[in-house]
Amino acid sequence: MAEARTGALRPYMAIVSVRFRMLLQYRSAAIAGLFTQVVFGLVLIMIYEAFYRSAPAAAQPMTFPQLASYVWLGQALLAMLPWNLDAEVRTMVRTGAVAYELCRPIDLYGLWYARAVAQRTAPTILRAAPMAVLATVGMPLLGLGEWRLTPPASLAAGAGFAVALGCALALGCAISTLINISLMWTVAADGIVIVTVTLVSFLSGMLIPLPLFPEWAQAALRWLPFAGLVDLPFRIYTGHIAIGGLVPVLARQLGWTIALVVLGRWLIGRGMRRIVVQGG
Amino acid sequence: MPQIVVEGLVKTFQVAERTPGLWGAVRGLARRTYRTVRALDGVSFAIERGELVGYIGPNGAGKSTTVKTLAGILVPDAGRCEVAGRVPWTQRIAHVAEIGVVFGQRTQLWWDLPVVESFELLRDIYRVPQARYERARDTMIALLDLEALLDVPVRQLSLGQRMRCDLAAALLHAPAILFLDEPTIGLDAVSKLAVRDFIKRLNRDEGVTVILTTHDMDDIEALCTRVMVIASGKILSDGTLTELRARVTRERWLTVDLVDAAAAIDEADATVIRRDGHRVCLAFDPQVVAPAELIRRVTSHHAIRDLFVENPPIEAVVARLYAAHGEQ
Repeated sequence: MAEARTGALRPYMAIVSVRFRMLLQYRSAAIAGLFTQVVFGLVLIMIYEAFYRSAPAAAQPMTFPQLASYVWLGQALLAMLPWNLDAEVRTMVRTGAVAYELCRPIDLYGLWYARAVAQRTAPTILRAAPMAVLATVGMPLLGLGEWRLTPPASLAAGAGFAVALGCALALGCAISTLINISLMWTVAADGIVIVTVTLVSFLSGMLIPLPLFPEWAQAALRWLPFAGLVDLPFRIYTGHIAIGGLVPVLARQLGWTIALVVLGRWLIGRGMRRIVVQGG
Repeated sequence: MPQIVVEGLVKTFQVAERTPGLWGAVRGLARRTYRTVRALDGVSFAIERGELVGYIGPNGAGKSTTVKTLAGILVPDAGRCEVAGRVPWTQRIAHVAEIGVVFGQRTQLWWDLPVVESFELLRDIYRVPQARYERARDTMIALLDLEALLDVPVRQLSLGQRMRCDLAAALLHAPAILFLDEPTIGLDAVSKLAVRDFIKRLNRDEGVTVILTTHDMDDIEALCTRVMVIASGKILSDGTLTELRARVTRERWLTVDLVDAAAAIDEADATVIRRDGHRVCLAFDPQVVAPAELIRRVTSHHAIRDLFVENPPIEAVVARLYAAHGEQ
């Protein structure tokens, strides 16, 4: 039984593996990104500190240490957000060569999703470990101990975070794949990237943690898929979401992931028919 | 029971029309006019297991469209098609797992991977058991002389090398049917011979059914006993090469390079079909006047720098076939 299952996933695991290994080669980009992200993290924390100092401490939705950890987690895991296109898919669709992918005995959605998995994990792995070290150990060394990344609120929080992060990855890949699928309808790829980057950064809580949004906005944002990418896992880590509240959070993440995968599969079928109809 | 059955395939494409100029562009925003192109117009044929069939025709005739339909990439508008008992586009994944396809103008390998890694990725995609994969891989390496190319990234290969690798890649999962869409296009003479030799052996020794679309008549003459001719989406001829030639024309062409470009040529039993400065092309029927005899006559009447005798190019044969068909 296990044999059959591995057999079924074998092509997709191979695709993830090959692309993953290829993306790991982009080390200089990771190092450059690291530097930028440290600066960005520091700037964000400085801004929040200024706001916190100027307002009464009791009124804040999140404690400052929680906020600092949240920011550093965001920088460490930035590459996991669905912010960029798959350049190869874009070329494939634009030239119509995507039709040739149908010569392979694999499901096209599965192929693109596997590519997204590699694209979301390889750069993250390159950046997350050094960022985490810098944020945990480096900050106190710089005399900025108050701004450091603190460990998870509890063991259970850590475990919950790991699960939520896995789900966030699946969700991010589903969104990523949807963005790539949208290329089948429009050649304006740059426009899509700009819109997506804005939406994702803002609505996921990457720039501003969702608890800091006005009350009326928070309710809406909680129900959008993007919250599951950043806000939910990070707040589990910092203990802002209590262990008891884990199940509904994870359910929402999972629900959105499944919904977006189903949507993606349906759309890719429509997109392929469109492309195939105009074939060469 | 034929392995491949095609009946009445019809495929039309809508090509957007654009009136030239600024006004045309503006109007195009509001209303798009489309021109219908009938790429396949009732194509029918049947192929038995183990045949090596040539599929020829002019550009835009519908060769690639047929191959893509048989591969399951395109869905026809009408008609029936069965390959090894399956309908290609409804059972796509099961169908493509049993066929191999090589598109001459596009590689199926991964651009930035070394060749052998592409092979391994294909092994996983087609779920080939390791032992079977190794046997197929080693056979291909030996037959196509790929040893030196295994660690080279595909983007660094020459066209001839890449084609050999593409052929090997298409056969790693031991398909029963191989579609070759212009495999020798752009190849140098040595590579062409290597590819042809490989295909012939594959068909003869392994019994792989091969459908070969090509512009190159030499490919056909070297490999195929059966040839199908398609033009404007219709099959015009389906039989042996000799039958095809005999059916259309016995004509051969004699081209001479005159010393005196202004000389008038007027030979009995031969028609001047083209005149280009020094070069004159004469069409003749070898059963009316033997080539050697015509050469003797021409060279005795004119001073000649060079000459050669050839069959009319396939495009001319097919154009004539189509014209004859059109008159029926």
